[in-house]
Amino acid sequence: MAIPRFWREIQSRYNLVGTRCGNCGTLDFPPRDVCPKCGRKSVGKMEKVPLSDSGTVVSYTTIHHAPKGFDGTKPYLLAIVELKDGARLTSQIIDCDPADIAIGMPVEATFRKLGQDGASGIIYYGYKFRPSLPATEET
Amino acid sequence: MRDVAIIGVGDTRFGEIWDKSFREIGIEAGLKALEDANVGAEQIDALYVGNMSAGKFIDQEHVSALVADYAGLANQHPATFRLEGGGAGGGLALASAFMAVASGLWDVVVAGGAEKMTDVGEEEANRILSSTADQEWETVFGATHAALHAMVARRHMYDFGTTREQLAAVAVKNHRNGAKNPNAQYQRELTLEAVLEAPVVADPLGVLDCAPLSDGAAVVVLCPMDMARKFNDTPVRIVGLGVASDTIALHDRRDITTMDSTVVAGKRALHMAKVGTDEIQLAEVHDNYTISEILAIEDLRFVEKGKGGPATEEGVTELDGDIAVNPSGGLKARGQPVGATGIAQAVEVVRQLRGEADARQVDGAEVGLTHVQGGTGATAVVHVFRREN
Ligand SMILES: [Zn+2]
Repeated sequence: MAIPRFWREIQSRYNLVGTRCGNCGTLDFPPRDVCPKCGRKSVGKMEKVPLSDSGTVVSYTTIHHAPKGFDGTKPYLLAIVELKDGARLTSQIIDCDPADIAIGMPVEATFRKLGQDGASGIIYYGYKFRPSLPATEET
Repeated sequence: MRDVAIIGVGDTRFGEIWDKSFREIGIEAGLKALEDANVGAEQIDALYVGNMSAGKFIDQEHVSALVADYAGLANQHPATFRLEGGGAGGGLALASAFMAVASGLWDVVVAGGAEKMTDVGEEEANRILSSTADQEWETVFGATHAALHAMVARRHMYDFGTTREQLAAVAVKNHRNGAKNPNAQYQRELTLEAVLEAPVVADPLGVLDCAPLSDGAAVVVLCPMDMARKFNDTPVRIVGLGVASDTIALHDRRDITTMDSTVVAGKRALHMAKVGTDEIQLAEVHDNYTISEILAIEDLRFVEKGKGGPATEEGVTELDGDIAVNPSGGLKARGQPVGATGIAQAVEVVRQLRGEADARQVDGAEVGLTHVQGGTGATAVVHVFRREN
């Protein structure tokens, strides 16, 4: 992937920046110029905001046939995550045994290497999610 | 708007066609369709070609003019168009050809689809297929085409209790049908055990839950209904058409176990056709993965939402069931040359409605439906066909 193409999205891939529609309040990730609910009424009113970095697993799969650039870590877990504020995204799940993942499992964002263009190509980074650490339960 | 008929169909065998190029398979299917339609090449006004990614598969763009050229049409300068919508390209080509004839703009119009996928390696072909998803927000994070469908399957199992065996039953049925189709890529039956024990691609989907990579082409010839019998005694009328889109990324859907684009395209097509779901006797649906057929039969309202798995297991969608689904073998067994699939489905439905489907003939077939989708359902195209007596 060309460097500018990745660089353009860094804000969202590093910090989960999405948009809030100034017309209806809906949060979207990644950022959008037009709100899917309000259409043209939202133009110029889409405000960039950092989204919640925790959420739950909507669905998941363990990938055994991995594409180039991802075969070093196979099998790996991929999930659709619903963030606490409602936006959804697709992410790898790490630090989790495939036998332990479940729909509804709480997860939190972490910053990792996503991939690399060939052996000496650029390395690019972004979010992956991992099981949420239990807060204060159990002693 | 004029009534539109299909007056000729042609296709190649699907599979790894090492000895033929993209243009050769396109021409092979095209010449068969013209012969079937009794149409001279000089009568063709326009050509619509469904093709997903010749640019990536064979490093050749501009395939609409190329195919017309090698069909010997360059000197008459027909209008040519290429349609792309992931796996729905063939359906879009047929829809566009229909509109051209229905509008009165042109009389004899060819809709074709072709893909040459095996000139690149398997890993590269799968990477190209995955580019129909959102490259910036799905695949860059390690998603593959199969993985996205696997997440649909996982959630469907969670929400409705669909079982691994029910997914596998789709593959078993479609291979049973494919074994009766001399143009199918796989003309052998599969056992349930073989599907269950195949290597995992993206859990819960295994290798035998996935449609293959294929070369192949299919072509249909359209003209106004009132001209059809000048060419052919067995015209099939296109009575309904529905095209719909949805979010490009799976995670942005309202519900990942319902393809809203299919729901909407299906409703639009049946409304236009003035046909009830219960009148559909056979359907060719987009079974690029086993889970996709289960969603399709639910979202087209052939069975209740969530009941696609049990219905398949109980034989509702077999050749002699309530509604024969994928009598050709579907993408799963007939093969999946991506841009050709939507046209290949129309070819099968026409053969069924003419009573020419031999060992896989659905008894007394008069009304049939086709359904293709692109990506994980960001585009869906549905057509309804009726035999003209
Ligand atoms: Zn809004």
